[in-house]
Amino acid sequence: MGLAKRIIPCLDVDNGRVVKGVQFVDIRDAGNPVEVARRYNEQGADEITFLDITASHEARDTTVKTVEKIASEVFIPLTVGGGIRECQDIRRMLNAGADKVGINTAAIHNPDLVREASNRFGSQCIVVAIDAKQVALATDTQSARWEIFTHGGRKPTGIDAVEWAVKMTDYGAGEILLTSMDQDGVKNGFDLGLTRAVTDAVNVPVIASGGVGNLQHLVDGVVEGHADAVLAASIFHFGEYSIGDAKQYMADHGIEMRL
Amino acid sequence: MTTAVDIAVIDYGMGNLHSIAKALRHIAPERHVWVGDDPELIKSASHVVYPGVGAIGDCMAEVRARGLDQVIHEVAQSKPLLGICVGMQGMMARSDENGGVDCLGLLPSRVQFFSDHFSDAKPQSNAQPALKVPHMGWNQVEQTQPHRLWQRIESGARFYFVHSYFVAADDCAYTVGKANYGIDIIAMLARDNICAVQFHPEKSHHDGLQLLKNFVDWDGAS
Repeated sequence: MGLAKRIIPCLDVDNGRVVKGVQFVDIRDAGNPVEVARRYNEQGADEITFLDITASHEARDTTVKTVEKIASEVFIPLTVGGGIRECQDIRRMLNAGADKVGINTAAIHNPDLVREASNRFGSQCIVVAIDAKQVALATDTQSARWEIFTHGGRKPTGIDAVEWAVKMTDYGAGEILLTSMDQDGVKNGFDLGLTRAVTDAVNVPVIASGGVGNLQHLVDGVVEGHADAVLAASIFHFGEYSIGDAKQYMADHGIEMRL
Repeated sequence: MTTAVDIAVIDYGMGNLHSIAKALRHIAPERHVWVGDDPELIKSASHVVYPGVGAIGDCMAEVRARGLDQVIHEVAQSKPLLGICVGMQGMMARSDENGGVDCLGLLPSRVQFFSDHFSDAKPQSNAQPALKVPHMGWNQVEQTQPHRLWQRIESGARFYFVHSYFVAADDCAYTVGKANYGIDIIAMLARDNICAVQFHPEKSHHDGLQLLKNFVDWDGAS
């Protein structure tokens, strides 16, 4: 009896539609975000993450309205990320009904934003999203190295992912959303070395993301990657598995879940 | 001209009350749910919710700056009052957060920091990694005493928690529900017309909404 591991379906939203790409390209339409969120809520999702990947600024108002709509009928935690640059953006999303806000690129350009935001809104609602790629090939975890990339995985920053995660929690991040850019969308499972390295280095919950292709991958993320929560998109969007299937499978493999 | 208030959610300027207001409106569409800091309107409501997010030092400073400490004391003597998360902690005598903060003292307990407790506890083996702070996610709540607010909710149901400070279950004579996170903590307490929860019912799916429904239907008598 104790705290359950969480399953978090992720909605990547572009211009008001849920989409899913392979390694951040090759986008497929997966529906209306409010309907998708409602479905996952009914299936027993533990939280929902909404990532706004819309490029244009004008579409942000659509995002706010969509978040408001989801928050008025889905009574589980809702995280909103994408395009968060300053405290005002965070306030806007919290006012729309988000419970947590994900900060990604802006944290790299201005780490103090994380400190300022966690002081102002509380660490519990500040999630730092980290997109990492392996940069040193290694046969063992000890010598592997991962670096933060921006711009959909195209631009290296030279920042070490594990060191960055530790620094961000020192700055007040209440949770880390960790995405492997090598694995994202390819359905071969999480980068377990990366997940474990980050999870073991920080004292806040870590959400593993990127690469889930089947239910065993979710189990591996928790058991081998030590993740506190697992995030997936395509396996749920296209009806391969329901959230309920995933939770039951994880519970059958000895993981404490909310069933 | 303001219309009469049925359910007042006390807003002392510390953040996101949209979730709780939306949840209350969802379960009680016929009632007027109002969010604000006007003492007279708060006192006019039939049910009062005292929510809270953020650091307790700032929360208590804002509550006192607006004269809401007196209002909460008054409400606590007369009508159903529900404290949520930091709101529950604010009802205690004192919190260890922010170097030590005097709270409202509706209840005599002390609010402690998980990390202080974990570092005092015996070192854990490698097989059992240290518990993370905050305590974030869905934990089971064991109903240790019957209460009207537990109606239609099973003992052992999971609720969504997110907090770094806690009140020990054995530090309060009014515990009616507990959860375990390295130590038994208060999940819900109740005394007369006062009820308070450490978890977030507004984020706890069906069981959380049921608990809010039970609260707004409660007359404050046990």
